[in-house]
Amino acid sequence: MHPALLGLVTIVLGVGGCLAYFYFSNVVLDRFIFPAKGENAGRNINRANMVRPWLFLFPAIAALGLYLGYPVVETLRLSLTDRFAGGAFVGLDNYWQMFGEPKFREAMRNNMLWLIVVPAASTAFGLLAAQLTDRIAWGNIAKSLIFMPMAISFVGASVIFKLIYDARPAESAQIGVLNAVWMQFEGGFGSLLLLKILPAIIVLGFAGIVAYTGWIFIRPLVKGSRTGGALVVVGRVFVALVAAWLVWEAVTTIATVLTTELDYGEPQQWLTLTFYNNFFLMVVLIWIQTGFAMVILSAALRGIPEETIEAAIVDGASPFEIFFQIKVPQIMPTIVVVWTTITLVVLKVFDIVYAMTNGQWETQVLANYMFDKLFRANDWGVGSASAIIIMLLVSPILVWNVYTARKEMR
Amino acid sequence: MADLNLTDIAKAYGDVEVLRDIDLKIEQGELIVFVGPSGCGKSTLLRMIAGLERITGGDLEIDGVRVNDIPPSERGIAMVFQSYALYPHMTVRDNMAFALKIAKMSQSEIDERVDRAAKILQLHNLLDRLPKALSGGQRQRVAIGRAIVRDPKVYLFDEPLSNLDAALRVATRIEIAQLKEAMPESTMIYVTHDQVEAMTLASRIVVLAGGGIAQVGTPLELYERPENEFVAQFIGSPAMNLLPGRITGTGETTTVALDGGGTAVSTIPSQPGDKNKAVNVGVRPEDFVEAQGEFIYKGKVEITEALGEVTLLYFAPEGERDPVIAKLPGVHADVKRREVALTADPSKVHLFHNTQSLLYRDQPIKKIAVGTH
Repeated sequence: MHPALLGLVTIVLGVGGCLAYFYFSNVVLDRFIFPAKGENAGRNINRANMVRPWLFLFPAIAALGLYLGYPVVETLRLSLTDRFAGGAFVGLDNYWQMFGEPKFREAMRNNMLWLIVVPAASTAFGLLAAQLTDRIAWGNIAKSLIFMPMAISFVGASVIFKLIYDARPAESAQIGVLNAVWMQFEGGFGSLLLLKILPAIIVLGFAGIVAYTGWIFIRPLVKGSRTGGALVVVGRVFVALVAAWLVWEAVTTIATVLTTELDYGEPQQWLTLTFYNNFFLMVVLIWIQTGFAMVILSAALRGIPEETIEAAIVDGASPFEIFFQIKVPQIMPTIVVVWTTITLVVLKVFDIVYAMTNGQWETQVLANYMFDKLFRANDWGVGSASAIIIMLLVSPILVWNVYTARKEMR
Repeated sequence: MADLNLTDIAKAYGDVEVLRDIDLKIEQGELIVFVGPSGCGKSTLLRMIAGLERITGGDLEIDGVRVNDIPPSERGIAMVFQSYALYPHMTVRDNMAFALKIAKMSQSEIDERVDRAAKILQLHNLLDRLPKALSGGQRQRVAIGRAIVRDPKVYLFDEPLSNLDAALRVATRIEIAQLKEAMPESTMIYVTHDQVEAMTLASRIVVLAGGGIAQVGTPLELYERPENEFVAQFIGSPAMNLLPGRITGTGETTTVALDGGGTAVSTIPSQPGDKNKAVNVGVRPEDFVEAQGEFIYKGKVEITEALGEVTLLYFAPEGERDPVIAKLPGVHADVKRREVALTADPSKVHLFHNTQSLLYRDQPIKKIAVGTH
């Protein structure tokens, strides 16, 4: 049979089957099990109505149980057995073995890096795009363009970015955009400005913002005015310490940026530059997720009552103060939902790494590590153990995400 | 604490002109109420004074300084919005302190001002609550408090009571009146479409209609001596009755023969040349009394509304005109479907020629699109 025809038949059978199930199951319930007649008519109607929701839920529960519930249990079981010992129960050995592997620790470290950078960057860029496109005439066109990557599969996006990062010998023309731009730098004043001073200023700005944030948190303690309980104080000190650490990192980065000798005129294999290649991979996901963040945040921004903004204008707030002190706090719940949703995508990231580096050059992530173990090394024990680790990392964020999203809707 | 001077103020959105030729002098300490039907531009005018809408023509001066191009925060105004516009993520205290923090005022000064405003408005128990934990009336007070802490030259109120229920509206209206008492030297501008609010609060009312000012005056001036048919019908409820007729007798008092067959005498003087002029005779429903001999209006009562202290009589409409309404004191249960003749004291009879009152015949005629509200 022709595949298209086969697909059509499948659709008709599937949809028809669903309709038939709902129709006939209800008929059976109302006509035969609890008929709405005879002396127990009233009681039967009530009972039928109590059963009915379960009739509708049954297909979904059965399918989810079979394809989600059972695999979780089975994965948990497999993670406690050893393939090379014929499937014998080995306790947590797989986990200990995995924790000892440098590649796993690398994957954990990279995942944490992804976890910090991608949601933050996507949400920030999405918020920026939402705010900037809101008030301009061609904002909707800009929005469509920014949203478009959402329609591209991760693998497709990876292929596009592989071309961007492509390198050719120095004599031939560069087809990779990044190298084509890179080859324009020859070490003169322009290069100094764009590759040394500008990044240094950007990092310095970042350090400034972080330092200011830290100061906001620590200020009430220093000045001794209104402070909360001990937990709040600990939280404030913790944030301030993290901020101080980030500032230190930023300062050392600036020093590195300013002192590093760059290979001018030499095409770069971007994806093999360890540590930095992680960011080149993250760019792909940020590129995709920014559109998502923008659409949701744009709707949230439009939901802010116009009069509160006008009140802030009358109160003398500058556009920046209005944005950060009036608009952002009002859409904070939405920002949190967007952030956590992207976090979930990031924790499960697999396609991009698989398609671009396959975890080489220190770009391994947990999902790709699991795939490696499970399907290439055929070590179901360690593979399942890593799958369980991913699930443990995702679950709390998922629960919290659902919780906040529900609170939003109320 | 300042006076305002509006000269030839105009507002146009592209080709659509919504306000023009607004000339108004507001003295320090006045409570001016802008009133008018929806779409008359009263809120737009307030927002232009606030600086939220650009002024497309004319000059706006506050304290003698032209402020057309000065941002809202530097005009020395504070505004209370219709929906209160409280910042939902800030406590009452932070809501009131926001403008002061933006202005980089010292913490002690901020605390002092917030506490003072909280004391005036009885908000001190609510300072640490979020707006969502407040009732409508409390939110309204916070919105006013946010204006007070800034100690502005001019207070602007944009329909501040329209989101409150009827009982609370009366209470809050009285609170605003008391607030004005407490700050006699502050200038306030108040927008409303509710004429009761306008009549009770205003030191002067500005009636806006058709993009211009229909009349400016004290509440009683507007009620007793309306300049034109629009103001006559807009102020007072039910609206003033207008009956067409022709002037037959001129002099110290004017006699009008009405098209409906009646005769009206008014204390408004007229000149010999006015004879035979077509006029509308205006009589407020509450000024009608039952006529024994000569009458101004006679008709069949179609509907009566007995309110106890007064009875409203709705007469059968004639042609395109609105039905005549009379408000008679006491109970008149027996008049329904009967013919009733009405007359009024000559001092309560208004005369309009070409929609303008004959009382103000020497003034330049204001062109306003007249419609009933």
